[in-house]
Amino acid sequence: MNTVLDSVVFKFIYCMLVSSDECANSFKIIGSGFISEKYAIIGFLITAFFLIFIIVNGALVGVLALIWGERRLVGRFQARLGPNRWGPWGIFTPVADAIKVMFKEDISPTLSDKFVFILAPILMVVPVLMIFAVIPFGEATFLTDLNVGVLFVLAITSTNTLSVLMAGWGSGNRYGIIGGLRAVAMLLSYEIPMALAAVGVILMAGSLSIIQVIESQVIPYAIFQPLGFLTFLIASTAELNRSPFDITEAESELIAGYMTEYSSMKFGLFYLGEFMATIASSAIIVCLFLGGWKGPEILPSHFWFMIKWILMICVFIWFRATFPRLRVDQIMELAWKGLFELTLINILSIAILMLIWPDPSITELWIMTGIKWIVFFVSLWIFGKLLGPKPLQKNGVARKIVLQK
Amino acid sequence: MLNNYFDQYGIIGLFLITATLVPLGMLLVSKLAQYIKVRPHNPSEIKEGMYECGMRVDSDRWQGYNLRYYYYALLFVIFDIETVFLFPWAVKYGVLSKEFGVSVLLAMILFLFVVTIGYVYAWKKGDLQWK
Repeated sequence: MNTVLDSVVFKFIYCMLVSSDECANSFKIIGSGFISEKYAIIGFLITAFFLIFIIVNGALVGVLALIWGERRLVGRFQARLGPNRWGPWGIFTPVADAIKVMFKEDISPTLSDKFVFILAPILMVVPVLMIFAVIPFGEATFLTDLNVGVLFVLAITSTNTLSVLMAGWGSGNRYGIIGGLRAVAMLLSYEIPMALAAVGVILMAGSLSIIQVIESQVIPYAIFQPLGFLTFLIASTAELNRSPFDITEAESELIAGYMTEYSSMKFGLFYLGEFMATIASSAIIVCLFLGGWKGPEILPSHFWFMIKWILMICVFIWFRATFPRLRVDQIMELAWKGLFELTLINILSIAILMLIWPDPSITELWIMTGIKWIVFFVSLWIFGKLLGPKPLQKNGVARKIVLQK
Repeated sequence: MLNNYFDQYGIIGLFLITATLVPLGMLLVSKLAQYIKVRPHNPSEIKEGMYECGMRVDSDRWQGYNLRYYYYALLFVIFDIETVFLFPWAVKYGVLSKEFGVSVLLAMILFLFVVTIGYVYAWKKGDLQWK
């Protein structure tokens, strides 16, 4: 397991402050190391807070960038221009949005449960920010390397469900409660395929630490286990409440679902939480399935991570622009009857392949990949037959209605 | 310097404090703007009532709701426990399968088989159908 001082950035700042044996051969400037080793804890705290400050602010700026990027891209997808008035290419639109949302009138409904009503948006943002703590942004550039990193991410994202239910229930609105209940059913259902798809990764990596998962990827797991990648991608799209799984806030049927009664900054926090979740979730997918910072050495590792990260976010935006919204029963059926078995097939096939080749060489890994792709297509074909649209019955009710018209 | 194991979790704790302060600070700034009259505040009865297309609402919100997610919540508990058992097995599978061979896999298949019986039962009962 890596310690905090294995992180280059952390060590650099820490050694600027503290003079200790660990910093013997690190870069130093004159006057650095003014805290003696006895008070090393102070240096540790200052370094940690400094890096946390950078990451949190980076996440907030990232949200602004994503709001702009998403609106521009969706505009292009729908053959229109998108926001282009405020600043060059409309780049200041999210800033104007943020100022507007902050200074709008705050309405607290009389029927609401005040404490739960205020707590819900806070609970939406905090766990999403916490994900950024365990993401490695490049080779030897991380804040923490928890030995249970993957489990931490899965656990902390499930807090989202609670926040949505609290918002729906606390606002005392019928649309809100319907949206909240739908959200609980959907988020709970998709948590299982998400966790099971992550099990496939952990089987190969043999560790829960995100950095060791990245280091174990000779072939990126997206290519190595397409079944796991597909299920994880679908499940995380659902966990993000993004289109095509946005039944919880479906504007045309539920106004905004659990967000109906929210206004001003409380609504802004939901907005922030959702966009930040997209960024964080893309980073997790890049780490688990796309090889993290790994790439040809023509570019530094951080650039590779950034490129993959931005591409992954664009894939989410692409999903939103392309797919129509699913019905509630279709969503439930997909999670329980489709993805659940697909992930189990994924886990069992990897386990069997690992028994056949305990220490795979590169060629054996590619053979395994080929077998995984065959399993992928066969199982998708079978489940497509099972769950796909049924042909209309010849004498059934549906047929008759069509004929009468 | 703290113990190497706990300083990782110490940072998570510090991060939690900072992450909580961010939304609280945002709400506070927005609240303060109300006192310097930047943010308007004109409450009225209809504005603060339940939002239903802008008409005055004549009923309470406390009425029957169909808790259709109840079966899913029960099933979720069962299958989430299944994933909890799968995680430690998955972490050590590579090491154990070299030592004990196929029996490590068979043990998990046996466990999954038992869970799958329950799953098939729930499917047949129609609990996986959104009604």
